Amino acid sequence: MVSLQDMDDLLNAHPFFAGLGPKHLDELAGCARNERFDAGDYIFHEGGMADRFYILRHGQVAVEVKVPHKGSVVLETLHEDDTLGWSWLVPPHHWTFDARAVSLVRAISLDGVCLREKMETDHELGFHLMARFVPVMGERLRAARLQMLDLYAPPA
Amino acid sequence: MDTAPGADLAARLTQTAAAARVPASMTALDPMRPRPFRIERWQRDLSDTFTIDLAPLEGSPLTFRPGQFNMLYIHGAGEVPISISGDPERPERLIHTTRAVGQVTNAMKALRVGDVIGVRGPFGTPWPVEAADGHDVVIVAGGIGLAPLRPLIHAVLARRGRLGNVVLLYGARTPEDILYRKQVSAWRGRFDMTVHVTVDRATGRWSGPVGMVTKLIARGGFDARDTAAYVCGPEIMMRHVAQALLDRGVAAERLFLSMERNMKCAIGFCGHCQWGPDFVCKDGPVFRYDRVATRLAQSEV
Ligand SMILES: Cc1cc2nc3c(=O)[nH]c(=O)nc-3n(C[C@H](O)[C@H](O)[C@H](O)COP(=O)(O)OP(=O)(O)OC[C@H]3O[C@@H](n4cnc5c(N)ncnc54)[C@H](O)[C@@H]3O)c2cc1C
Ligand code: FES
Repeated sequence: MVSLQDMDDLLNAHPFFAGLGPKHLDELAGCARNERFDAGDYIFHEGGMADRFYILRHGQVAVEVKVPHKGSVVLETLHEDDTLGWSWLVPPHHWTFDARAVSLVRAISLDGVCLREKMETDHELGFHLMARFVPVMGERLRAARLQMLDLYAPPA
Repeated sequence: MDTAPGADLAARLTQTAAAARVPASMTALDPMRPRPFRIERWQRDLSDTFTIDLAPLEGSPLTFRPGQFNMLYIHGAGEVPISISGDPERPERLIHTTRAVGQVTNAMKALRVGDVIGVRGPFGTPWPVEAADGHDVVIVAGGIGLAPLRPLIHAVLARRGRLGNVVLLYGARTPEDILYRKQVSAWRGRFDMTVHVTVDRATGRWSGPVGMVTKLIARGGFDARDTAAYVCGPEIMMRHVAQALLDRGVAAERLFLSMERNMKCAIGFCGHCQWGPDFVCKDGPVFRYDRVATRLAQSEV
């Protein structure tokens, strides 16, 4: 186990949390733990309880969906410094896709139940987290839309 | 080909020049008159993409700068602008990589070693390699857009000592659509260059990144405020890549992209390639981002 101070430092050094004050970092660190997944491990499955989110520190994660007769299709991959998962934020808190470690993955996970409780009482923390999640969601949506356009397809 | 392909071709090519209403004052170095080149090598890169190496039937090889293009005339089919995709320091072999999309490019795909085609050029503005001196370099390619950037990559590696980090970001449709696969792997193996390849659709055993090339920009490896960036790919891709680079802090004056418009004369006469106040054939195809930003946002200018 890493100490709370170590976790504080880890979070503090991460770009996703840049600009957060010590009080909020402490609150987050209280809900955080280190995780490790080997290549091939599933981090979560579609439909499962979305009780946490992940900040990737190392490795590659494939976000996938199972397609009948085709097996798993990779929708996108996430890498170092990316965040994984926001279903913990919105009821009913179910994962909408599968997430699989493509390589060894080291991550910090933050417990969604723990965070939601803190956000209930500390709205400012809620604001700071939302302000960090919304741009990430926007960026992913933009990338997904462009991907959908199939820009490099042969002209019809 | 018949017995004197060069002569036959030259005669036909002169007709094309006449048809395009070129001023009679033009001399022997008539830029409307194609020179016959022989296909020395023909290679299939992807299902619809191929590379030809050309050598002149007579006269000296054609020297060029990275980013410039030639007009290639295919007997009986027509003429198309195609970027030069070889090493500018090795002009003996004039290299073009083409994707077969229509009449002329499909006719070109059917040619083989020994066939002769007409070449006019080189035309257009080059990628300003010098703009990168003292800076980091980011090269972003989408699809066939890697072809016009390859001469730039050669030029960048030739002046490696004057540059900071060199990063190549390449987005392809699927793993099977990765152009110049061997060369991309070789670049990737270099210690003085970072290469990331992403695909829109993972197939087979691909275990690399999946997603838009814009997402690779976030992975960094360059100091945005001190970076020269060169982008080539479909227009929508270039717009979004440019935005992502600017958002990160890359200066608009050090951001360059290469535009495509239909062409006819390629020397600024006919107006076919007009884009706002510019003719893409002579004021481009390479443009500095800040000079075209407003136009770029409008779809059809
Ligand atoms: C400066 C410049 C450099 C270029 N460099 C290269 C290169 O290195 N390699 C290469 O393969 N192509 C390149 N192109 C594009 C190439 O010129 C066109 O693909 C070609 O002119 C198509 O001619 P065609 O007669 O085969 O097709 P057409 O019969 O004219 O068109 C067939 C179909 O292709 C579509 N099409 C035509 N042109 C394009 C285009 N530019 N992009 C997407 N769809 C198109 C048409 O809408 C149509 O549906 C370049 C263009 C310019 C202006
Ligand atoms: S192609 Fe004629 S002006 Fe550009």
